[in-house]
Amino acid sequence: MKVSLDTLQKIAHLARLEFDASEAQSMLQDLNKIIEWVDQLEQIDTTGVAPLIHMSEEKNVLREDEPAPALPHERALRNAPKKDSNYFRVPKVIE
Amino acid sequence: MMKLEEVLKKYEPVIGLEVHAQLKTRSKAFAPEEAVYGALPNTSVSVVTLAHPGVLPKVNKRTFDFAIKMGLACGSQITEYNFFDRKNYFYPDLPKGYQISQDKTPICRGGAIHIKLPDGTTKAIGITRIHIEEDAGKSMHIEGEEESFVDFNRAGVPLIEIVSEPDIRSADEAYAYLVEIRKLVRYLDICDGNMEEGSLRCDVNVSIRPRGSERFGTRVEVKNLNSFGNVKRAIEFEIVRQAELIERGESFVQETRMFNAETGQTYSLRTKESLNDYRYFPEPDLTPVYVTQEWIERIQAEMPPLPWELFDKFTKEYGLSEYDAEVLTSERDIALYYDEACQYTKEYKAVANWISVQVKAYLNELAYTIDEFPLKPKAIADLVNLIAEGKITHNIASKQLYPLMLENPDIEPEALAQQHQLIVNTNTDELLGIVKEVIARFPDKVEEYKNGKKGLLGMFMGQVMRATQGKADPKLATRLLQEELERL
Repeated sequence: MKVSLDTLQKIAHLARLEFDASEAQSMLQDLNKIIEWVDQLEQIDTTGVAPLIHMSEEKNVLREDEPAPALPHERALRNAPKKDSNYFRVPKVIE
Repeated sequence: MMKLEEVLKKYEPVIGLEVHAQLKTRSKAFAPEEAVYGALPNTSVSVVTLAHPGVLPKVNKRTFDFAIKMGLACGSQITEYNFFDRKNYFYPDLPKGYQISQDKTPICRGGAIHIKLPDGTTKAIGITRIHIEEDAGKSMHIEGEEESFVDFNRAGVPLIEIVSEPDIRSADEAYAYLVEIRKLVRYLDICDGNMEEGSLRCDVNVSIRPRGSERFGTRVEVKNLNSFGNVKRAIEFEIVRQAELIERGESFVQETRMFNAETGQTYSLRTKESLNDYRYFPEPDLTPVYVTQEWIERIQAEMPPLPWELFDKFTKEYGLSEYDAEVLTSERDIALYYDEACQYTKEYKAVANWISVQVKAYLNELAYTIDEFPLKPKAIADLVNLIAEGKITHNIASKQLYPLMLENPDIEPEALAQQHQLIVNTNTDELLGIVKEVIARFPDKVEEYKNGKKGLLGMFMGQVMRATQGKADPKLATRLLQEELERL
């Protein structure tokens, strides 16, 4: 399987990434190398082997439903590039 | 425009619903701050919710408890091995750039919701899956403002998404299904079930096919339905719209449409991102969750009585009609109130009437819930018993004793009736005196009665009741009147 420039651009758009034509070429090469490697891995017979989803053995790390204090309002908004006294302000999103 | 009735003669609608129910946990699904509704913007947020770098989510156990409850109520299979997935998309109300959801291992699979059809039969609407996910924040777009405003209080609040099989065949069935879901989540006390406030949300998938055909038509998803009525309107609009396209020989694509409540129409969204590509992958920040048999048994033990269980009890044990049982079980707390009242009386039907009429009228007038109702179930049972035993007339009970009880909820109804001299007069001597007095006052009427106008008995009774302020035992008074009149 090979990644086409179209696919690359689609993935880039979904990830909100931008790059120029030469960057796209090098990105395409890198991606194809990764895909080749995965193709190689796929030759191993994994019938009956459960996919490895978590690297840790831990399970059921749960929290009781006890509310903890929220961030103070000013601190919550402090790092926002744009804000007013109540809200985060973002470039207009039209439904 | 084609008429819906005509379309339905030729085409069969195939409908599936996706219902999001906001869970009533105290804290959020993966972050510990309070899950609140209606607080000042951005006052219930944490570094996890705001997706600051290096933070880790942690699963709120009760989110699972609630989802399992819903699954058990629907007869679903509970998934033992659960992991979470990231659903990736960019929107300003989703700071992480992905929503934590369950794609591969929904907590519940299978099961059904049973709806009642107008002909009295029951139909099972299959459940495909129920999965846990987190809610997004709220964006506000204000006319004339250059920017949108975002409030993250709702971000991270737990939801369950209940996905139905395409088993629904009409807008009315969809409506009935939603009503059942709302009733169920309220019985289970896991969600407010309020569509207008958004704690219950619904997307519908609608397609139509020629009657008799087994193949599904092209399906359209409709979003933005914020009331039960709008769900119905949107489905009916879509059925007609699709039929017209088919009749004109026009093909249409699978797409997402929005409903406009003002026009009653659905409209297409700009399909810039043609196909949703959420690129799901397992969420590495959360450990897997194993739901053990013990866990399921613990939830099973906590299950409240379910609407159909109470419906069965009310019809079979208490002998109520299906209609009365349906009315009383439509709200859990009313149903439980009635059930408790029935522990103190055998007058099941009379108590049912009293609660459905007088109690509900009081609650409606003051916009109270039954928790705020001043009288305990036993008091209503006592009141009904007083009437059944003939100690008080129905008229006096509803016009005088009941209002007094509401003002004096701590006094026993019988004591209260005695205090206010509302108890039926069963003193034969006293009543006979009154009867004689009444008869003496109307010699002409007595004459007419004697001449066969037996209907005048009602007039004499009215006079006796007036003289006793309604407290005469009606049976005794009738007998005495008849005897006296015959004797003359």
